[in-house]
Order: sequence, then C-alpha cells, then structure tokens
Amino acid sequence: MSFINYAAREINCKIVYYGPGLCGKTTNLQYVYAKTNPDLKGKMISLATETERTLFFDFLPLALGEIRGFKARFHLYTVPGQVFYDASRKLILKGVDGAVFVADSQDERMEANVESLENLQTNLIEHGLNLHELPWVMQYNKRDLPNVTPLEEMRKQLNPTGVPEFEACATTGEGVFETLKAVAKGVLTNLQKVGA
Amino acid sequence: MRQTQFDLHKKTFAAIQIVIDELLDDSGARGVFVVDRVGQLISQAGRMGELDTTSLATLAASAIAATGGLAQILGEEEFPTHFHQGERGSLHMTLVGDRGILIVIFDDKNALGLVRLRARKASAELATVFEHAKKELDVEGPGNRTAFADVSDEEIDNLFSD
Repeated sequence: MSFINYAAREINCKIVYYGPGLCGKTTNLQYVYAKTNPDLKGKMISLATETERTLFFDFLPLALGEIRGFKARFHLYTVPGQVFYDASRKLILKGVDGAVFVADSQDERMEANVESLENLQTNLIEHGLNLHELPWVMQYNKRDLPNVTPLEEMRKQLNPTGVPEFEACATTGEGVFETLKAVAKGVLTNLQKVGA
Repeated sequence: MRQTQFDLHKKTFAAIQIVIDELLDDSGARGVFVVDRVGQLISQAGRMGELDTTSLATLAASAIAATGGLAQILGEEEFPTHFHQGERGSLHMTLVGDRGILIVIFDDKNALGLVRLRARKASAELATVFEHAKKELDVEGPGNRTAFADVSDEEIDNLFSD
C-alpha cells in the first residue's frame, strides 16, 4: 500500500525481499546500505537471532531524490526465510508494493526455492494480492558458486511468466542494484494515481 | 484484506495535526506520532530531539502487527491499546480505525490514566478524519492515470545516483 503525501509531495513504497533461508536477502540489503550515500539512507534495523539469522525482519529506509516532482522513499524489508517463521512472513507482506524473490542458485536449494515461491503466492493471497498483479522481480543469487543450477532450468521452475530477472552475487554486489532498480521501476509504474 | 493506495492531502494533514497538537497539550506528553499500519510516519507533534522517527514508525507498526497475530490466536480481533513502561520513558499505542496507529511517548511525570483517556479520545477523532479522507477519495474515484506509467530507466538511474 503505497502512501502518497501530497503536503510534502512524497511517495512512500514498501518493497519486500522474499526467498528461502540463507539465500542472501539480508546480504542484498547490507550491500545496498553499504553503497548508498549516508544522506539518502536511514538506519538499517535487523531483528535477528544471536546467530545472525533473521528473526522478524531487516529494514532499510531509502530517501532517494525526486522523480517528476515527488520525493521517492522506499522502505526495504526482508522476511525470515526459515520455514517455521511463516506467521512473521505473512505480517511483513502487509501493504507490500513490490517484491524481490531471491533464489539460491545452488543445486541442492532448488526445492527450497520452489517451496518459498509457492509460499509467497499463498501469503499474498491472504492479503488479497496475487503475484500476477504485484510488481516483482527475480534474482538468481550466488551465481559465483561452483554447484549452481543452469539458468534455463531455474527460469523454467521459478520464472515461467518472464518477470524481470537478474543474476547476482550479493556478497560482491553484482546484480544487487540492478535488481532494486527494476523493482522500484515496477512499483512506480504501478501506482494508481499521482499528480493531483 | 487488500488495502488500496493511501493518499493524504493537505487538508487531511491539517486536521490530523490539530488533533495531535491538542493531545500533546492535554496529556503533557513528550511526543505524539501518527503512523500508518505499514510503518510509515504520517505526522508528529512535540520535541523529541534526535529521535529516529523512521525506525520508530516501522517498529511500532511491526509490534502492532505481531501482537495482532497473537490476538487472533486467542480469538480476539485485535488488541486496541498497547502500553510499554520503561524506567524513564513510556510508550502508549492506540489503533486508529484500520489504517493508523497513534503513539504517545511520555515520562514518569505523566499519569498513565490521563494519557490513556486523552489518547482514546484523540484516536476516535483521528478515525473520523481518516474515514472522511477515504470517503473523499472514493468520490474522486480510483482513477487509472499514473504520472509514472512511462517512467524511463534513465529516471530510475538518476534516483539511485548520488
């Protein structure tokens, strides 16, 4: 649910990074945080366990420049990927404007990717949303590892409708901003009515 | 249930500000904030120094969402008020209709009972303001025009450049 403040001429949008446990959602946000001008970012919040696994969410607010007379603010969230945190994942999807699905390219994580994508669709439906209507992009992460599933196979399993997709290595930052820009564009073009 | 885009115009902001300024005066609180259920700050009153209001709004909305989940497990629809007591500062949160959260931050000089009473009254007033804003939006219609439908890659790149 984007929030448009006509008094301050600001657009506020919520983007959620989804995907199976340890796929690199938090690493994506950490890279964006590290590479963003301090004037354009707020404090990054990570509600994590003692072992640095995401417990509830990570949150990174970005206050970017102006676009067509409106200040653009994006709130980036991750969900906890571990299967048993499903109640938390549902809560974080509330009011989502756009999503990034971070897939783990390692062969042995293919089943976890498929389950997580199905879980995203199921949880969106509970909020009256649908993956076919929501702006979202696919990121094939960890492409630098030796045991990756071929891109064609991942595309067939995870992206049959052909949403924008990116190969990435979140630890080095490859593909991270390309992914974020694509989802930001999808969210902005999907806004219902701006400019009154 | 799906919530549509949340648009607030200057008139609505002015009405919200009147309510929270009055609450600040009546309760003697340090700060009053209105945030939406998704965690975006809508308006604020009071002097809170260098407080990180973005984090405050996000964490408050997340706490409300998490306790709302707990409420449903217990067969309750929601918990309409939340109170967190600290040694020096305390936090009182009240739901505002289905869209907002009213947050009052106060210290040990303020009586909780007074804060609770005033916050309840302000919450009802804010719910009316939100409802009125929503009706106006419904009259205008959802529209299908968007100023960003043809946004270019270059414009997006510019957003992310320093």
